[in-house]
Amino acid sequence: MIVPFSHVFMLAALVFFLGLVCMVARRNLIMMLIGIEIMMNGAAIAFLSASLHWQRLEGQAFVLFILAVAATEVSVGLALVVAAHRQTQTMDPDGYHALKW
Amino acid sequence: MILYAVIFYVVAALILASTAMAVTRKNPVHAIVYLVISFLGSALLFYILGAPFLAALEVIIYAGAIMVLFLFVVMMLKMEEVERRGFSMADWMPALVLGLLFVVTAALAVFQDPGSHAILRLAIAMPATFGRFIFEHYWLAVEIISILLLVGLVAAVQLGRGKKEGKVMETAPEKSGKEV
Repeated sequence: MIVPFSHVFMLAALVFFLGLVCMVARRNLIMMLIGIEIMMNGAAIAFLSASLHWQRLEGQAFVLFILAVAATEVSVGLALVVAAHRQTQTMDPDGYHALKW
Repeated sequence: MILYAVIFYVVAALILASTAMAVTRKNPVHAIVYLVISFLGSALLFYILGAPFLAALEVIIYAGAIMVLFLFVVMMLKMEEVERRGFSMADWMPALVLGLLFVVTAALAVFQDPGSHAILRLAIAMPATFGRFIFEHYWLAVEIISILLLVGLVAAVQLGRGKKEGKVMETAPEKSGKEV
């Protein structure tokens, strides 16, 4: 009725890919957290398309849990970023070398 | 019914374009605003895929709460020296190669499965049905999620204040050193 299952799944994979590139390539803690958010969004799209494919509600239930985990992760992650910035005055993940002599 | 396919491809292009713009912006504020567009598109996609309740949650939690939280943190911190190194190929090449490897593998796995070419049938899960399903089958997971949110709240508060304890820990050794 709408589109093939594989197309929706490939959209989810591409969104996940963009998040992965953002997470690995960017040198900024905020952008790395944003990459994780994008990846979780891609996972949610994959779960929803699978839910529609098999006409089961479990996929939607897991998207609800993904939303809750994403909210928790981002609040704790941003609190950690603020605490790290307070200690070292930098947002660059290469700038955290307090253990190095 | 062809209308739904057209809407899907337009929304997919919108999501991919705005996410790609967000990933490549130098200024985090611009990235966050592009990402709001991407999440609104995702909410539309959720609605097409038959989850109106999750579409509303996506707008409220992702596009609303999480992105506003990001914006506040970006405004709170000094970001002048951010990304002064720019976009170097040494940073982007490994990420692109690994990511493309992943996408190619995913495409092979998806398109090889004969069941994946099945056309999705239109269906919709009304919020009442969805809520009854969740609390009948996954009530324990809902409780665990609520505890997780509580733990996250406590952790964020504890990490967020932290300044007084840090000062005490810094000044304490000096005093003991003078006494000795």
